[in-house]
Amino acid sequence: MNRRKDTMLTCQEMVELVTDYLEDRMDDDTRARFEAHVTECDACTLYIEQMRMTIVALGHIPAETISPEAEGELLAAFRSWRASSA
Amino acid sequence: MPDEEGARRAEGAGAPGDPDAELLERLRAGDEDAFRALVEEHGPFLMRLVMMHVPSRAIAEEVVGDTWLAALEGLDRFEGRSMLRTWLASIALNKARTRGTREGRILPFALLRRRYEEGGGPAIDADRFQGRRGERPGWWASPPVAWEDPQSRLEADETRDVLLKAIRDLPPRQREVITLRDISGWDAEEVRNALDLSETNQRVLLHRARSKVRAALEEHLKPEPEGVAR
Repeated sequence: MNRRKDTMLTCQEMVELVTDYLEDRMDDDTRARFEAHVTECDACTLYIEQMRMTIVALGHIPAETISPEAEGELLAAFRSWRASSA
Repeated sequence: MPDEEGARRAEGAGAPGDPDAELLERLRAGDEDAFRALVEEHGPFLMRLVMMHVPSRAIAEEVVGDTWLAALEGLDRFEGRSMLRTWLASIALNKARTRGTREGRILPFALLRRRYEEGGGPAIDADRFQGRRGERPGWWASPPVAWEDPQSRLEADETRDVLLKAIRDLPPRQREVITLRDISGWDAEEVRNALDLSETNQRVLLHRARSKVRAALEEHLKPEPEGVAR
C-alpha cells in the first residue's frame, strides 16, 4: 500500500462508513480505501469487530412470548371471525 | 467480510416464496390449527416489535391481538405481493405507533418528530478523534478498547437489558429498523417493504441505530479504569 497520506480515510470517516461496508454497499474505490485503513489501524479493526459483535448479540436476544391468557383471547376472537365469515 | 451474494439476492427480485403460503391457504378455509401455527410462528417477533413502541407488556399484547384481528379481517385483500410477516409487521407498526403516541412515548408533532428522527449525530463523538492540530487529524484520540470476556457477557441478562434499553432510547424509525434487521434477522429488502423506506434511508437508519447500540455496549462492557475516578 503506497497511498499518499491525504487519500487515506480518517478513523472519523471510517466509523461512518462501517455500515456501508458490512452491508456491502460500497464502490470499489471506497472499499479499497476502507480496507487500506483497516490494514493500518488496529483501533478501527477493533471497532468493526465490536460492531459485528453488537449485531451478533442482538441476534441472540431471546424471543418474546404472548401470555396464555392473551393467546386464549386470540383463539376466541378467531372463532368468532370464522363464525361471522362463514 | 460481507456476503456479496446475500446482498445481491436481497436487492433482487423482491420477496422469495412465502414459507407461510400453505398455512395461509388453510387459514382462509377457517382452519384453527393453521391460525395457531401462524400465531406461534409470528407472535414472538410481533411482540418484540410492538414492545419497542408501547410502555407495557399488557398493552403490547393488546396491540398484537388487534393486529391478528385486522389481519383476519383483511385476509381477502392480502394478495401475497409481500410475505405474510411483512404485512403483519406493517399492520402492527401502524397500530403500535398510534398507541405509542397516545401513551406519550412518541413526539406528537410531525416536525418535531422528524427532527428527532433525523437527529442522528455522528457514530462516535468528535472529541474522541484528534483535532486539526493533532498528529493525525481525524484519527482516534481515544480509541475503543477491547471488551472484557465478551462471549459470556453478551449472553448475560444484564447485557440483554442494556441492548433493549439502548434500542428503546432510539428514535422510532431507527428502533424499527434495527429490531427487524438485527433482532428478527430480516434482510434489507424486507425491512424496506415493511417500513416503506428507500434503500439509502434504511441503511442510514440502521447505521445510526447500530452505532448507538454499540456505544451503549461499550459503556457497559469496557474494563473499569484502574484507580481513575470517572
